[in-house]
Amino acid sequence: MKKLKRVLGALGMLSLLAIVLTACGSRKSLSQQDVLQNDRASNTITWGVKADTKLFGLMDVKDNQVKGFDVDIAKAITKRILGKNGQAKFVQVTSQTRIPLLKNGNIDAIIATMTITPEREKQVDFSTSYFDAGQSLLVKKGSNVKSVKDLNKTGTKVLGVTGANSVANIKKYAPKARVLELSDYAQAMTALKSGQGVALTTDNGILYGMASQNPGYKVVGGAFTKEPYGIAINKGQGAFKKEVNQALKEIEADGTYNRILKKWFGNVAGFNYKEAAR
Amino acid sequence: MVYILTHYWSELVQGLGYTLLSSVIALVFSTIIGTMFAIFEVLPNKAMRVIGRIYIELFRNIPLLVIAMFFYVIIPLYVAKIDGFTAGTIGLTIYTSSFIAETVRAGIQSVDPGQMEGARANGMTYWQAMSKIVLPQAFKIIIPPLGNQFINLVKNSSVLAFVAGFDLMYQANSIASLSLDTINSYMVVGCFYLVITLPLSYYMRHLEKRLAN
Amino acid sequence: MQNFIQAYSWVNIRFLLEGLWVTVEVSVVSIIASFIIGSVLGVLRYVKIKYLSAVVGFVVDIVRNLPLILIIFFTYFGLPHLGFKPGILFATILAMTIFESAMLAEIVRSGILAVDYGQMEGARANGMTYVQALWHIIFPQAIKKTIPTIVSQFISLIKDTSLATIIVLPELLNHAQIIYGQNSAYIIPMFIMVALMYFIICYALSVLSRILDKKLA
Repeated sequence: MKKLKRVLGALGMLSLLAIVLTACGSRKSLSQQDVLQNDRASNTITWGVKADTKLFGLMDVKDNQVKGFDVDIAKAITKRILGKNGQAKFVQVTSQTRIPLLKNGNIDAIIATMTITPEREKQVDFSTSYFDAGQSLLVKKGSNVKSVKDLNKTGTKVLGVTGANSVANIKKYAPKARVLELSDYAQAMTALKSGQGVALTTDNGILYGMASQNPGYKVVGGAFTKEPYGIAINKGQGAFKKEVNQALKEIEADGTYNRILKKWFGNVAGFNYKEAAR
Repeated sequence: MVYILTHYWSELVQGLGYTLLSSVIALVFSTIIGTMFAIFEVLPNKAMRVIGRIYIELFRNIPLLVIAMFFYVIIPLYVAKIDGFTAGTIGLTIYTSSFIAETVRAGIQSVDPGQMEGARANGMTYWQAMSKIVLPQAFKIIIPPLGNQFINLVKNSSVLAFVAGFDLMYQANSIASLSLDTINSYMVVGCFYLVITLPLSYYMRHLEKRLAN
Repeated sequence: MQNFIQAYSWVNIRFLLEGLWVTVEVSVVSIIASFIIGSVLGVLRYVKIKYLSAVVGFVVDIVRNLPLILIIFFTYFGLPHLGFKPGILFATILAMTIFESAMLAEIVRSGILAVDYGQMEGARANGMTYVQALWHIIFPQAIKKTIPTIVSQFISLIKDTSLATIIVLPELLNHAQIIYGQNSAYIIPMFIMVALMYFIICYALSVLSRILDKKLA
């Protein structure tokens, strides 16, 4: 009898826990407040940026600041929306953490090498595209991997990053390859060097940055997908999205965009920045 | 939660398999290695005792994640090509073995030294006495702590996620970013962990009580 | 050798020390918080208050049996669903505190159980109330008995802060990864330095616990 009572008690608690958990799980995101209004009030926009991606967002060990194309674009947009004294605050994200952080309201917008895809558009809104990347491959010089076709063999290991669109793509383009997902690009690059995979796949802009840091490696295979980068914003933030798009248009029109592009991509081997200029 | 469970069932089961496999392999080898170093620590030879001490202190005081990443990143560069699962499992084994060594040593020392002396007096060699008389008694005492180590192993095997080791946590990260339903993905995986660890931990408590009486 | 000298430049070492500072910060706050909460929970589990102790026991068992990484994800990604939005540092501290409190609760409970029950009866016979006896006689002895276990749990806590690198907490390991991610010649020097820094802190703590244990014994 005592045993039965105990078992029943445990079952009761388990079901209570399950109810609480599902209730939390199904609750909609809290970011119902108007982001634009809040940002205007605090004179700050909080951006999610990468900190491990050369050219786009890389932590500078000297002064503990994240620097790159994404960061500069974010600063320019902030100034456009909030005025000259507007503050841009940066939170480091990875491909894995960025969407939950946005939906939870820890950040106002993501500008972190994020491709606009139909699946993601079901969860978040995107600005117009601010950079056109394409997926490519990074291999060791002298590797016999020349294009994505060479990866489509059983047992071939390809490195990528959890949460990146490139991982989903490679499963389409080289279904026989095995994809190993690391937590960020620094880890993926280190794994490539350790020979954990024959190629690292992601967008060419990121790969060019890696190749410039690591002379023994090169970008191959051309751009086999189109990856338009967008700024992700929570659903229901129409006013904020409109402002971001307007600001993007303005910095493209007044040459700020091209200046930032040249600053980061002007001297990158293999990347024709003039083609990307707007 | 149900959607995640049904939609990603094969990934979850695969993850569970790798988690269990890694934990079991690590348990077997860390028990063997741990026992070896525990014996080192109680040997009359001072040099051996020092070696045992250094091994235990070294790996007890460095994070498991650092050890696992060391094997994932550095060993393939200079020694041998090993994949994430292997590297993670080796890291897990070494890390756990230092804890098991401590447990086993305490077990050995709790066996009455008179038993060793008696066995030696009856003509057994040191090794015979150790393996036939002392160790069996020591292991009886340390079964509950060993069981708890296994629970820790299952939980700690989640570092495999950092080295692409295909375990439950790796799948959880992957599912969370595929489904874009972070919380439910991690909750499902949490339940998978609990299914292994919770019964084990209740059984260990039961065993402890029985041994105490 | 060249690599080592360059890797240990002042800029890099300073960056590592900044990471170490975050590690220490998270560790110290979580150690203090989890010691208090863990003790309370452990006592609650021991005293058997109807329903309350059962619920506490159940929650403690759930938390203890989950990997810490999951708890970190829950505090960082999950709490905002309940209307509370912690920053990364706070989310990590919270996760460490929740997890370690549960681990400590179990240690404290077994410590109390190990203190001879006769002591309680003796204290009660001398006119102490149950709570007084628990607080003045049983609890201090239980803590004394379990100091080595508690300290080794805290050492685990310090080591486990490295797991928060997955949510990009700028702690020691994360900073090392940033450095060797930018220059792979620094991989080995960074691993050695990071291992050394963790080792010094953890080993010092374990030596301290041994001294404390001897003094109290």
